[in-house]
Amino acid sequence: MALMAILELSDISVRFGGLQALTDVSFRVSEGDIVGLIGPNGAGKTTVFNVITGVYQTSSGQVSYDGRPLRALRPHKILALGVARTFQNIRLFQNMTALENVMVAQHSRTREGVFGAILRTRAQKREEERIREKAMQALVFMGLEDFADEVASNMAYGLQRRLEIARALGSDPQTLLLDEPAAGLNPAESLELMNTIGRISELGVSILMVEHDMKVVMGICRSIVVLDHGVMIAEGKPEEIQRDARVIEAYLGQ
Amino acid sequence: MTIPASRKLWLGYAVAMLWLYVLLWPLIGIKPEGLEFATSTEIWAKLAVVSAILLALWQLKQRGVFDFVSRPAQAASQVFTKAADRVPTWIWLVFVLAGALVFPFLTERYAHDVAISVLVYICLGLGLNVVVGMAGLLDLGYIAFYGVGAYTYALLSVHFGLSFWLCLPLAGAFAAVAGCIIGYPTLRMRGDYLAIVTLGFGEIVRIVLNNWMSLTNGPNGILGIKAPGVYWWQDGKVEHIWLGSLEQLYYVILGLAVCTVVAVYRINNSRIGRAFEAVREDQTAAELMGVNTLGIKLLAYAMGAIFGGLAGAFFASRMRFVSPESFTFIESAMVLAMVVLGGMGSIPGVILGALALIALPEIFRGFELYRMFVFGGVMAMMMLFRPKGLWPAKRMGVRSEEKD
Repeated sequence: MALMAILELSDISVRFGGLQALTDVSFRVSEGDIVGLIGPNGAGKTTVFNVITGVYQTSSGQVSYDGRPLRALRPHKILALGVARTFQNIRLFQNMTALENVMVAQHSRTREGVFGAILRTRAQKREEERIREKAMQALVFMGLEDFADEVASNMAYGLQRRLEIARALGSDPQTLLLDEPAAGLNPAESLELMNTIGRISELGVSILMVEHDMKVVMGICRSIVVLDHGVMIAEGKPEEIQRDARVIEAYLGQ
Repeated sequence: MTIPASRKLWLGYAVAMLWLYVLLWPLIGIKPEGLEFATSTEIWAKLAVVSAILLALWQLKQRGVFDFVSRPAQAASQVFTKAADRVPTWIWLVFVLAGALVFPFLTERYAHDVAISVLVYICLGLGLNVVVGMAGLLDLGYIAFYGVGAYTYALLSVHFGLSFWLCLPLAGAFAAVAGCIIGYPTLRMRGDYLAIVTLGFGEIVRIVLNNWMSLTNGPNGILGIKAPGVYWWQDGKVEHIWLGSLEQLYYVILGLAVCTVVAVYRINNSRIGRAFEAVREDQTAAELMGVNTLGIKLLAYAMGAIFGGLAGAFFASRMRFVSPESFTFIESAMVLAMVVLGGMGSIPGVILGALALIALPEIFRGFELYRMFVFGGVMAMMMLFRPKGLWPAKRMGVRSEEKD
């Protein structure tokens, strides 16, 4: 039985002026799946993320999520649909505490406005309490509860990486896009990260991740998509990809 | 301090003094009658001697010569801060508020006048703080909203005789609309470009007020604005009275300022406040984490404008007169300076900033000629030594570095 595709890219092309960043990329992420997106530097992996999250518009082709086309939706709407992401170069809200960072992610799930805040209505207080609880849960999930009141910029690099994931989880996503989550982590931290990704998957969250660390990718991804110069050159199970001649060529050169 | 380091310090000092002379002499010594060196040299020599003594004292302190004085002083101040920290915040607030409430009984007319200005600027500063400090949108035309609020009340009061209390929300609403009108085209701009555009809008508002003779009476301004009125128990019956005296106006603006402080504080600690800060920290990331950045920025403009508009309506009722002259760029710069001096995004900071920039110049009226000189000097010093302001912003959570 084929699983339902939750995220589907069909024939995506992206051009920036004369640069063809992506050419006819099509793949799908099934519900609850862990898909790896790999390729040499400049292959267009982050561009794929930016297309899915609405930062870039496609030149042609369509992204659909849960059967709905995402075209022309602003990024915050796409997050509200349940697609959250992390960033390759950490982009936390540096001057806010870890807890506040995660609390921001609940923005699209909550509705109290300025007047509720000024009058401190009962509904507003209750909502604020709920936001805090949810955010705390995400921090606990990532093992960051001791750093809740720490300002993000004061946290160690590895912790900041984890906080990025916690912030994405704080938005109650159905699908999580991880952009090089293992970048700059030591082997022990990478191992822990794999473990964490497994636990996120167990929550029923579909995962699409860009990663250079092959140990991580081969270890946890159920299927892998390979990009090179904006073109999809292979797609399949990890063991198939490892044997694929074109992939080996793209990585090692002729 | 080692000897080479000290030599470097004095060398730097010598260069600085030389530079000072090069700056000072053209200002003082070039006259229509010819060049003159005596006055500038005399002033320069005085400055050089005083600063040399200060520098020497500082150096001695660095070497620990004054330890016998400074050690106990430091210990005492530590004890004091610790004791002060133990008092809960609300007690301090009650003290400040009580002080503000009895203030008119302890002082005279002139002080009331200054206090009213300070409170007006506190309202303005807090409003601008929402835009600049919290949402990080540099707005150089903020005073336009103050003007919109003031003219809203002025026109409604003079032409329709509407009461101050009814006009107050209307002034806020009109200012909010103006905020959205100005905010909307600038939503996709950042940093420098935004600053230039807001500067332009601020001037546009002033020039419109200046030239729309049929509505605003142009540069002649509008006279005959009514003071706020209330029904009050007097001589055994309820009567309508005008709050025309300075003490009465003081309480009106005090109430307005307290409401503004509470409102800004609560916004700051809410979902909206966090969204403002997220936009300030990283707009793209905020958008990707589900914050409608365009909407939030528009909201920030509108909120800032509302507080400016309320302050403006009060200003009109206090002066009984408005004219475009009160809403020039220098006023915008002044309010912005308060926010920056006090500490961006910090409520007590803005209050201190308003006190420093409005009350201090009044206290030093005697040196009026040097006011701008000192003002510039203090700003430069502040940015060097306390770049985050007098009272830097602290977010809601207890930060771990402060816990112990």
